[in-house]
Amino acid sequence: MTNLTDLGVAAIRDGVREGSFSAREVADAFVSAVEKARGLNAFVIETPEHAIAAAEEADRERAEGKLRPLSGVPLGIKDLFATKGHQTTAGSRMLEGFTPPYESTVSGKLLAAGAGMLGKLNMDEFAMGSSNETSAFGNVISPWRRKDGGNAPLTPGGSSGGSAAAVAARIAPGVTGTDTGGSIRQPAAFTGITGIKPTYGRCSRYGMVAFASSLDQAGPMAQDVRDCAAMLEVMSGFDPKDSTSLDLPVPKWEANLSSDIKGKRIGIPKEYRIDGIPEEIGKVWDQGIEWMRDAGAEIVEVSLPHTQYALPTYYIIAPAEASSNLARYDGVRYGQRRAPDHGSLDDMYNATRAAGFGAEVKRRIMIGTYVLSAGFYDAYFNQAQKVRALIARDFERVWQDCDLLLTPTAPSAAFALGEKSNDPIAMYLNDVFAVPASLAGLPAMSVPAGLDQQGLPLGLQIIGKALDEQGVLNAGLAFEERAGFKARPEAWW
Amino acid sequence: MSVDTATVRHIARLARIAVTDGEAEALVPELNNILGWIEQLQEVDVTGVEPMTAVIANHLRLRDDIVTDGDKRDAVLANAPVTEHGFFAVPKVIE
Repeated sequence: MTNLTDLGVAAIRDGVREGSFSAREVADAFVSAVEKARGLNAFVIETPEHAIAAAEEADRERAEGKLRPLSGVPLGIKDLFATKGHQTTAGSRMLEGFTPPYESTVSGKLLAAGAGMLGKLNMDEFAMGSSNETSAFGNVISPWRRKDGGNAPLTPGGSSGGSAAAVAARIAPGVTGTDTGGSIRQPAAFTGITGIKPTYGRCSRYGMVAFASSLDQAGPMAQDVRDCAAMLEVMSGFDPKDSTSLDLPVPKWEANLSSDIKGKRIGIPKEYRIDGIPEEIGKVWDQGIEWMRDAGAEIVEVSLPHTQYALPTYYIIAPAEASSNLARYDGVRYGQRRAPDHGSLDDMYNATRAAGFGAEVKRRIMIGTYVLSAGFYDAYFNQAQKVRALIARDFERVWQDCDLLLTPTAPSAAFALGEKSNDPIAMYLNDVFAVPASLAGLPAMSVPAGLDQQGLPLGLQIIGKALDEQGVLNAGLAFEERAGFKARPEAWW
Repeated sequence: MSVDTATVRHIARLARIAVTDGEAEALVPELNNILGWIEQLQEVDVTGVEPMTAVIANHLRLRDDIVTDGDKRDAVLANAPVTEHGFFAVPKVIE
């Protein structure tokens, strides 16, 4: 019999439905895989009882002939999603011990669809990081290793690093991620898995710990495109509790999946050919272009002239929104409190926030506070909002020439933990290809494309028009069929 | 634009984050590096461009003005570091 933990979301769902195995067998297999993989530090907390209870429920449902869309599928939930009765920390010391009395809409939809929860996945603190080195609960270690025999622990990417590591190590068939400036796509690329950030507003942000509200968007990460489509369908949909939620029906993305992309025009933005990135990225990109051509697509060179300004724009807007959102952590209503003896209320705020936030979070709050402060608001924040409009306009114009864009996902393969942690700007550059689509709110997906010379995964990104998740998924499927990416990390954990 | 220790202290005060003298000094070059890097945005011509506040055209919905929730005092207070008599408790603010 197949190893159950090798199966993806759709295969588990279908297998349970057909009676090839029971949901309980699946849950037991993953619960034990999670326990064995503690060396990866992918989970902040494990919730085996939840996964097992949901599986038993699924087996009862099957007996009664009323299975739900994700019955029998155990999932990992990024610790950014509030989960009722289960600690939710967003990777921060500030929220250690916080047990939400409510459920985020996205996790609630997955659970209502029959999924079980294996645990809460580790992440960069408040999603601020691209390597999972800012988590208060320690680095997640990628299951991948370089072929150089050195065994240097590598980053799984970030901020959804625990999520990415869990899927890559086959200790969860599917997981939730969140993407503010690339936090689903870059870790997916680093770990050889698939992840999609939908159009801004598709997934409700209710109950997601806020980082930058105009950018934050949930999405699935899984082994392949079909699994992502199946999960995204459940996660999406209008939510009156989120004022930016789109009041639109959710298309049947999985049922409408088709790798027939004949006649689609795929744009290759020339500004994404930037200096100083490894030659192998360019080769994989060229290979990807060939695959798209092979699938019948027409390749067109296009221009997104403001691309180089996307990253600095992002690093003004995101910290500005973060400084405002994170003002809520003041030690009064939830989370940690530090109150100096005989101190004032202000002393309590200052001490609580000094102790509760890690260095990167403080750095971003400070930058955000600065760019919003009197005298600098126009020069920085307003200017960035205007450049953001130009970046979005670049995309609007490019859709006159093409239907989708194909670009690298990240400017390198996974790097070693510690390699960039002392250089914030080098770290920020990791999201250079992911950030423009985030600023414009567009759907974008990373699909594994191949391995570099060190045997590490490289991903390519497909960006689509607003609300065209189907186009992105279909091109992703066509790409996946041709890439035939089957590489997996060798289990050492 | 560049910041000095006094500016860092000012920002830290606005952000309500206590910093030691050592931390403030260490933050000066860190923030200056980042601010220097984002400075490149000044070269973009944005004449006539409206600042973007929403990425996807959407109108702001207003909900009906009715009570949709209530009687949740215990849930609201459940995660508070300190509570007293059914309220959040904070250090004394008035003598």
